[in-house]
Amino acid sequence: MSVTSTCGIGSAVQRVEDDTLLAGRGEFADDLGVAPGTLHMAILRSPHAHARIDRLETTKANAVPGVRTVLGGNDLAKASAPLMAVLRTPMTVRPCAVDRTRYVGEPIAIALSKDRYLAEDAIDLIEVNYSPLPAVMNPLQAMADDTPLLHEGLDHNLVSDRSFTYGRPDEAFSEAEHIVETQITYPRNSCTPLEGYVVHASYDPGKDAFTVRSNFQGPFSLHPVMARSLGVSENRLRLISIPNSGGSFGIKQAIYPMIVLTALAAKLSGSPVSWVEDRLEHLTGASSATNRATSIKAAVQKDGRILALDWDQVDDVGAYLRAPEPASLYRMHGNLAGAYDIPNVKCRNRVVVTNKTPTGLNRGFGGPQHYFALERLVHQIAIELGLDRIDVIKQNLVPAKRFPYKSASGAVLDSGNYEALVEKVLTPQVISDLEERKQKSISAGKLYGIGFAAVVEPSISNMGYITTALTPAQRAKAGSKGGAIASATVSIDPTGSVSVTCDSVPQGQGHETVLIQVVSEILGLSPEFIQVNGELDTQKDAWSIAAGNYSSRFAGAVAGSAALAAERLRERLAQIAASSLNVPPQAVEFVDGNARAVGNPENVVSFQRLAGAAHWSPGSLPSHVQRGLTETAQWSPDELTPPNEEDEINSSLAYGFVFDVCGLEIDPNSGAARIDRYITGHDAGRLLNPLLADGQIYGAFAHAVGASLLEELAYDDDGNFLSGTLGDYLLPTTCEVARPEIIHLETPSPFTPLGAKGLGEGNCMSTPVAIANAAADALGYQDIQLPLTRSRMFEMISRGAGETPPREGSKNQEPYLRAKDGKKGRSVEGHGKTTLSIRPEAAWTMLLNPQTLGAVIPGCRSIHAKTPECFVGTVRIGVGAVRGDFDFEVNLTDMHPPNSIRLSGAGQGALGAGSGEGVLTLEDDCAGGSTLTYRFSVDVNGKVAAVGGRMLDSVARMLAGEFFDALAAEISGAPKRRLSFMQRLLRMIGLKK
Amino acid sequence: MKPAPFDFIAAQDWPEALESIAEYGDEASVIAGGQSLMAMLNMRLAKPSVLIDINSIKPAYEVQRDRDSVRFGAAVRQAALELGGNSADAHPLLSEAIKHVGHVQTRARGTICGSICHADPSSELPLCLVASAGTVELATKYTRREIAAVDFFRGPLTTMRRPDEIMVSVKFPKAQPGQAHAFKEIAERHGDFALASFAAIVSRGKTRLAVGAAADRPVARDWPTDSLSDLQDALNDFAWDLGGNEDHHASARYRRSLVRTVGLETIRAAQQRLNAQESAA
Repeated sequence: MSVTSTCGIGSAVQRVEDDTLLAGRGEFADDLGVAPGTLHMAILRSPHAHARIDRLETTKANAVPGVRTVLGGNDLAKASAPLMAVLRTPMTVRPCAVDRTRYVGEPIAIALSKDRYLAEDAIDLIEVNYSPLPAVMNPLQAMADDTPLLHEGLDHNLVSDRSFTYGRPDEAFSEAEHIVETQITYPRNSCTPLEGYVVHASYDPGKDAFTVRSNFQGPFSLHPVMARSLGVSENRLRLISIPNSGGSFGIKQAIYPMIVLTALAAKLSGSPVSWVEDRLEHLTGASSATNRATSIKAAVQKDGRILALDWDQVDDVGAYLRAPEPASLYRMHGNLAGAYDIPNVKCRNRVVVTNKTPTGLNRGFGGPQHYFALERLVHQIAIELGLDRIDVIKQNLVPAKRFPYKSASGAVLDSGNYEALVEKVLTPQVISDLEERKQKSISAGKLYGIGFAAVVEPSISNMGYITTALTPAQRAKAGSKGGAIASATVSIDPTGSVSVTCDSVPQGQGHETVLIQVVSEILGLSPEFIQVNGELDTQKDAWSIAAGNYSSRFAGAVAGSAALAAERLRERLAQIAASSLNVPPQAVEFVDGNARAVGNPENVVSFQRLAGAAHWSPGSLPSHVQRGLTETAQWSPDELTPPNEEDEINSSLAYGFVFDVCGLEIDPNSGAARIDRYITGHDAGRLLNPLLADGQIYGAFAHAVGASLLEELAYDDDGNFLSGTLGDYLLPTTCEVARPEIIHLETPSPFTPLGAKGLGEGNCMSTPVAIANAAADALGYQDIQLPLTRSRMFEMISRGAGETPPREGSKNQEPYLRAKDGKKGRSVEGHGKTTLSIRPEAAWTMLLNPQTLGAVIPGCRSIHAKTPECFVGTVRIGVGAVRGDFDFEVNLTDMHPPNSIRLSGAGQGALGAGSGEGVLTLEDDCAGGSTLTYRFSVDVNGKVAAVGGRMLDSVARMLAGEFFDALAAEISGAPKRRLSFMQRLLRMIGLKK
Repeated sequence: MKPAPFDFIAAQDWPEALESIAEYGDEASVIAGGQSLMAMLNMRLAKPSVLIDINSIKPAYEVQRDRDSVRFGAAVRQAALELGGNSADAHPLLSEAIKHVGHVQTRARGTICGSICHADPSSELPLCLVASAGTVELATKYTRREIAAVDFFRGPLTTMRRPDEIMVSVKFPKAQPGQAHAFKEIAERHGDFALASFAAIVSRGKTRLAVGAAADRPVARDWPTDSLSDLQDALNDFAWDLGGNEDHHASARYRRSLVRTVGLETIRAAQQRLNAQESAA
């Protein structure tokens, strides 16, 4: 049996990477070790969503023994240029905030020390004075005229606004029998790899050159962005990637500002610098997918045929429009109509900045948001028109005979047979099984829904798609951008073993395995002869702008480039073999480690001998044979060109098709959703390795289940980040991920060298909306908002239903705390009443005395009156083992002696910051005492909000209650309670600010 | 995620540990399994200047069983509740609830007393202690006292433990004849912090339900009835009385609803067990 039949392209070969990984011998970025004298970097990050930085004082931090230096945003900015953006706007993008911070988690300053512990000690001692500014959180409100602006020089938070018309959508809408529309908001989430960001950087002043090892994944279009910011030519920024990865799924694209930051730190400190991101940093400040608000309309015939679409999308890229954004919004631009043959499409794309972490690549990049709107709409068309949902899908699918199909907005859908895959997935047996499951479930008191999704999965992006965000005139001025390029190098050693490198940075997908399959098949070698080196070194390897690991480009583009390189070497070896076999080169085949004459297996020469001849005796080779046995193929498809004058763009080279069916069971009491049955059908062209293909599908499905049911990078309305730990940002575990059934159809792509397309992102695009459609079906309700957590599902199930009040005489009172102004988040307010044994006048005097207050504030380290109306001090606040020191300032206003006073204040410490306000009213109770009533509101941010959100409300309640009780006790001269009133107040002020 | 500097005292016996806590009080944290404290140290939420390690104290590993109760020393791991032989008969509630406490890996390290002393309002073991009317034992250098669970928990992460005290053991009463129990928890994922958790202990004519994660501490309530229809109104009042925690994982209304529905299911499950026990006997 020949090796090619069991190990070659298309075989289900086990991963060659796994022996090393499973034995714990994989070397990851943080295992590499660092050069002697390396400094470790810790980063001070903003606790505020939006604030002016009034003062940054590093003296105390610098004095920590072992700390080399502490640098603020200004120090770093002086030594570097801003990061270039895709769209030219007056916005300045830097890796570290200067004078103003715009999201929780933004770097404010760095400390460099001989170890990370000391660097974090130093961070705690940096003093920063912030003046909080109003936070802008909602992408739609961000565009309103009276909304605060995030960036100087920008007269709007709207940074891009383009409208497109393809075909004649207006006519279609005016003539339509039905117009169906829907609005969706897609939440923020990310892909959360096990391994965070790692950067090791050094600087050689003699050469004015940087060397960086990091787990950056590309795209290498960001390499020039980094070099420019560092002020060096590109050949003076050597980037070396790490062959083993703890996962990326896109998010390690966004390391690049941190590479600049670490490299600058190395230059300014004169030592190599290492930075290893921790989980809190990652969740808070790494990056995320965009959240999006979409309004979408369809012009529909009464039979369900869609004649036109009208999109209005608002993408929220966070605080800065960081390259490659606004790519999220444009990656799907060619395939705006998805898998459907819709001739008329209108689209308005807006991009806004808000006070959230800047966005970037995440598995599915732009697809989940896009298809959530489109496929919810298709579901709704069927519901509103009273049609079968599958009939509506089928009737609009691009027909098989139309491939390659040019979509209205310019995509050339390369190949497919969409209807055949739908039939293959949704057999009559599947339909009846789902119906049976539904009936069974409903009779058991559950809710049950069935959902579908049909999506086109683009891969191998056209670099020019992002420039669709520019007008044709702007593009003409900037110079055209378009195309894709992939590189791979194959080298044959003197003894016939083979080395392969490529320009994709592996992130765990199995590049090695597939490249071995491809090269071994082409050269007729057994797999053990092939070695793949997954490192990419920008100074030594072949690469171009499009290098990197993104846009599902490996199977289609990179493996294809390796095949081209191997084929060129095979041709060369065939020419050498031809002379010794005495046959023409075309009649030489490579099988089982030999070159032999076709049809005459006895006429043979070993591969090893051919390789040896080419290395040891190049002079004796036939003169027409090219010398050397290293071949680099740089492949670029002709089908990808820049957007044209009409804004048509073929945004990707290959388009797979995914069709999903989901049976979802919901418990009406707990709101728990369980995926009862899930079938996912894929046509990704030719499968290079079905085992790895299924692995990709399982992985994307797991990510999608998380996005659908659990995961949200949550902010409150004041911009506080609430998901700083994996106890708050909930990833699905194996217990929560059902195993999907996978069905393949293989319609090879005519445009990729091996006929393969990407398939690792499709379920991130299809599954969230398939689950949402199933939930809509179960609930008979259309406004489905992800993630479908138990509480949210319950709220949808019980929408409009009243709640039984407690019985008369029950202990219940008005809830003590509630969301401030009905806002979502950590702003809470409360009220209470307590009795004092002295009259209002006497109580008033005591209230205004800082000594009284200092005495009743447990943990109060100092307090003094800056002015008669302003007290400042420090307090140590503790709840259980959680403890922190806070500087506070309390201002007394609206004083109406002796009846009422307003206390407003702010506190700040290493744990976070908070602000609060309380109104105290004193009334004479006509019995020698007085009644103290109070109302307060508090707001917390920073680390405490990010990791303790679960308990903040009840902590606030406890602290407030005890604080006011203790105040009453102190004023009344009663024995002091364990926790005093003022302590509590200040605690709240400090803790919550 | 590196802790601030601290001194480390590996106490060899209780007198040494109690001497240390007497000396450092508030500035010290006691570490046993570290499943909550280590994360708090690494995030610098807790910055004790001294860490008193009780893992070397042999008597802290003692499990004392008597006729009516079992007492777990401060270093006894949560896994003991799963692996401890016939404890399922004596403490059916604990052995049912323990599966919900974190994961098998964290239970191998985390201690029973540590979880109780940490007083997370959504933790299962404090809930079980309140439900079964257990007690905790607190010691100083000079004194020892027992506190009933219902008095021990004061609020989120807050207990009656004084700064110079260490919780040296916890006592769970054994299940009594004529009693049956049930435990249910609603969480987003297995092993997560509960959105709400329930422990029911029933006997003829009596119902006790304790609820976790819905208020700032576990709360138990008794009703002199076992009629499910009477209990529905009572549960509704209870749901409102709990105050309704609201966070970004769950609304107060949702938690109230869980008290009504899942609370009732828990009681019903306990009653079914009681019926089964009685018909078996």
